Amino acid sequence: MVKDSAAFRHRFLPYLLVAPQVTITLVFFIWPAAQALYQSFLIEDAFGLSTEFVWFENFQFLLSDPGYLHSFKVTMVFASCTTFLSMGASLLLAVMADRVIRGAMIYKTFLIWPYAVAPAIAGVLWYFLFNPSIGILAYVIQSAGYDWNHYLQGSDAMILVIMAAAWKQISYNFLFFLAGLQSIPRSLLEAAAIDGASPFKRFWTVVFPLLSPTTFFLLVVNVVYAFFDTFGIIHATTSGGPAGATEILVYKVFNDGFIGLDLGGSAAQSVLLMFMVGIFTILQFRYVEKKVEY
Amino acid sequence: MVENRPILRFLSHLILILGVLCVFLPIWIAFVASTHAPHELLSAPIPWLPGDQFIQNYSEVLQEGVSGSDSISVAKMLFNSMIMALSIAIGKISISILAAYAIVYFQFPFRMTVFWIVFMTLMLPVEVRIVPTFSVIASLGLLNSYAGLSIPLIASATATFLFRQFFMTIPKELVEAAKMDRAGPLKFFRDILLPLSRTNLAALFVILFTYGWNQYLWPLLVTSDESYATIVVSIQKMMTAAESEPQWHLIMATSVLAMIPPVLVVIFMQKAFVKGLVDTEK
Amino acid sequence: MFSEVLKMRKGFLNPILFLLGLTINCFGADIVWWHAMGGTLGEKVNEIASRFNKSQSEHSIKPIYKGNYTETMTGAVAAFRAKKHPHMVQVFEVGTATMMAAKGAIYPAYQVMKDAGIPLNPSAYLQAVTAYYTDAKGNLLSMPFNSSTPVLYYNKEAFRLAGLDPDRGPRTWNEFEDYAKKIQKVGYPCGFTTGWQSWTQLENYSAWHDLAFASLGNGFNGLNSSLLINSPEHIKHVETLARWQKSRIFDYGGRRSDAAPKFYNGECAMYINSSASYSPIRENVRTFQFGVSMLPYWEGAKGAPQNSIIGGASLWVLRGHKPEDYKAVASFFSFLTSAEVQADWHQFTGYLPITHTAYELSREQGFYKKNPGTETAILQLTHKKPTVRSKGIRLGNFVQVRDVINEELEAVWGGQKSASKGLNSAVKRSEILLRKFERANSR
Repeated sequence: MVKDSAAFRHRFLPYLLVAPQVTITLVFFIWPAAQALYQSFLIEDAFGLSTEFVWFENFQFLLSDPGYLHSFKVTMVFASCTTFLSMGASLLLAVMADRVIRGAMIYKTFLIWPYAVAPAIAGVLWYFLFNPSIGILAYVIQSAGYDWNHYLQGSDAMILVIMAAAWKQISYNFLFFLAGLQSIPRSLLEAAAIDGASPFKRFWTVVFPLLSPTTFFLLVVNVVYAFFDTFGIIHATTSGGPAGATEILVYKVFNDGFIGLDLGGSAAQSVLLMFMVGIFTILQFRYVEKKVEY
Repeated sequence: MVENRPILRFLSHLILILGVLCVFLPIWIAFVASTHAPHELLSAPIPWLPGDQFIQNYSEVLQEGVSGSDSISVAKMLFNSMIMALSIAIGKISISILAAYAIVYFQFPFRMTVFWIVFMTLMLPVEVRIVPTFSVIASLGLLNSYAGLSIPLIASATATFLFRQFFMTIPKELVEAAKMDRAGPLKFFRDILLPLSRTNLAALFVILFTYGWNQYLWPLLVTSDESYATIVVSIQKMMTAAESEPQWHLIMATSVLAMIPPVLVVIFMQKAFVKGLVDTEK
Repeated sequence: MFSEVLKMRKGFLNPILFLLGLTINCFGADIVWWHAMGGTLGEKVNEIASRFNKSQSEHSIKPIYKGNYTETMTGAVAAFRAKKHPHMVQVFEVGTATMMAAKGAIYPAYQVMKDAGIPLNPSAYLQAVTAYYTDAKGNLLSMPFNSSTPVLYYNKEAFRLAGLDPDRGPRTWNEFEDYAKKIQKVGYPCGFTTGWQSWTQLENYSAWHDLAFASLGNGFNGLNSSLLINSPEHIKHVETLARWQKSRIFDYGGRRSDAAPKFYNGECAMYINSSASYSPIRENVRTFQFGVSMLPYWEGAKGAPQNSIIGGASLWVLRGHKPEDYKAVASFFSFLTSAEVQADWHQFTGYLPITHTAYELSREQGFYKKNPGTETAILQLTHKKPTVRSKGIRLGNFVQVRDVINEELEAVWGGQKSASKGLNSAVKRSEILLRKFERANSR
């Protein structure tokens, strides 16, 4: 923060300034979070007419429930595949865009479109492409001999949502990778070239290591995205199916709480998710803070 | 580029073009599908090129919405989304810049407490407080209202932190100079800080408008009254319309319409957006 | 920017506005009815409400569309917790146990009528419809509104080409395979598909064959019931379907009615789904004539064919409003169950009539003659007097139980599990859900 000598002293102006944010945060964030915590210790009926305090039973149940553990596994698979696919593709495109002078602006303009598209819509678009009856991609795959049907095959459904999720993130990753690449001093690359290193070698020995702060940052962002922002993709397309093959944790919270009306169980899942976000956030914040200190 | 290797340059362009085509494929097919009559979309392969039903489909969807899902006209949905996105973007920017300003430039008791309270919101995305937040909104009577759609989303910490980081890079000589000129804190804010923050404001507007426009889970929970439906959420409703197959030509037309505003905002403010996005996150 | 912020802050904190909102919700002159009928069905609901409003001047019903069944029910539950609930809410049949268990929240239909002094004659109703919503003593807890039962739709053109009699569908599952194979021979890729598989292929399968779906009278007689769908008869049926999926005699197409297009575009020649699918089918089938017949049964199965059970929704009344409001509700129920209103709703939507008089009236009007196939559902539903196993199903957490069943069946169709493994797993997983519900509702 700004040192004392440069700070203003005012009796109540600062409070006035922070009041809106703090009020809304308390009412819409902290209070519901506390409620979720409280509810996770209860077993109650849907209408709230009878409640039973059960300590950690809901949590014990979750951690031994094959359904929950399956959902956890699904989320890990989904998050890692989406992250690697999206970051890999965008790194490739960024490296190519960095090399090219003519038309760079045009490529950039076209590649940032997915950023503006809602995850839910991305899901719908890819769902349409993969529709077993009329989808163009499904048609191509079926012509090649594989009977594509994401209503029936869990793996097909997973591929569908991974494609949609990765596609959506390409723009974001691309922009950051490009910025990262462009901040690498040319002198380093020239020096390596003079030493006889091929472009390929230059990339792996000079560029990639220097890109690691960006890569790490994007890794965290992409994983958080895959965990939470992809709710729309799942809800708009597979609804967690078939047979729970795409039921990521955040979708399960919604499904059990809203549709199943199991409030205690859903609250317990929320609490566990809060812990996971907390870890990611601390990771990200610590890292970003470090950068700012420089 | 260090040396001149034509093969590599050709390869680079090739990969980029392929990349753009892959990235664009879903959008293109959506547009194509939105310009055909329903019977042309009943079996694979559907056409690759646009059809002749552009005006027909788009006016149908804008005026009537999609039947069977009991929806309002897509024009009304666009309006709802616009209100929500603008409220969220403007609301978030306003609240966050004020809070960041206070945290950075003022010494007051509980400053760190405030900082941590705001920080906590980073750990509490909507998805982890779904059911209780819904109850809170319900008991405040804010369901099915523009207020309910936007207010809960304008207090998250990301914008505050971005402003905070930016403010910390502003040389403190400016503040000292202002103090010496006997300029009050509000004058300093309005005359010095705001103009300096212009690029950040533009970038944040793009980011937050897109964020607000593309909201899905929150509007899904908070509105069941179709007159408040936003366009992004409605698309899912169209696909699960009871007892009939999805009317793809209309769904795709709606999807295209849903994509246009944020895409326009991103493209037209591209320079500021990219700069702001990358600079402030670092 | 500042003014925007201040405006929002003010609006949010303004107590007058808040109270006003509260007032409008709780003390309005209208009787509020939350429903899940969208599209043309919703228009019909509005029509019924306005006819009621016009027919008398004391009360006024206001129907509000709240989304699909799940959203409507969840919304009502949340509203109840926030004390902002409607007078009536349309809840789907799978929510019956949840509603029933909420004794402090609901106002049983028979009680509403009794307290208003309007007689409710149980024998006037089609027992197969009301049985689902009555308690152990035979008292009607909610008012049946839109009920349907699954039937078999078939492609007459396909039958003709295959040399089969186009005037009737396959009567038994035994001859079904034969039918399907003949149809596939003349070029149709798939024999049949189905919608709402738990409802059609397990719940109704059980009732139609007089098999128990769950213990304790399918849950009617106690909260500690368990699923019994891993019996040999159930396994045999699912096993057969799984075998048929391989050659596409059966082709799975989605959990709800997602499979409908397969029938519309001629891919599958037969389609099992709700009797209420009649209108959409009539609208979407352009290239062939279709017929309606009863569900097939396994020849030689004891007790088959018994009667089918309903799906759909009923109207539940919630407590917490003024006493005179409930007189209006009773009056509306009386209006709703009159023969003319019932017959009109039944004929327009394809949902079943709930009273004998409505059924008679439709027959007199020649409705069934003019619309062949529309009577099949009623005949099937009333085929025999319901037994303890074919009155309906009343299980807690049924939405999630159905999800479990859907998941297990999908795994079976996809070849990942055998029928017996899938059904046993479904029973085991549902056990957890059912015991949870029992625990939460036993105080």
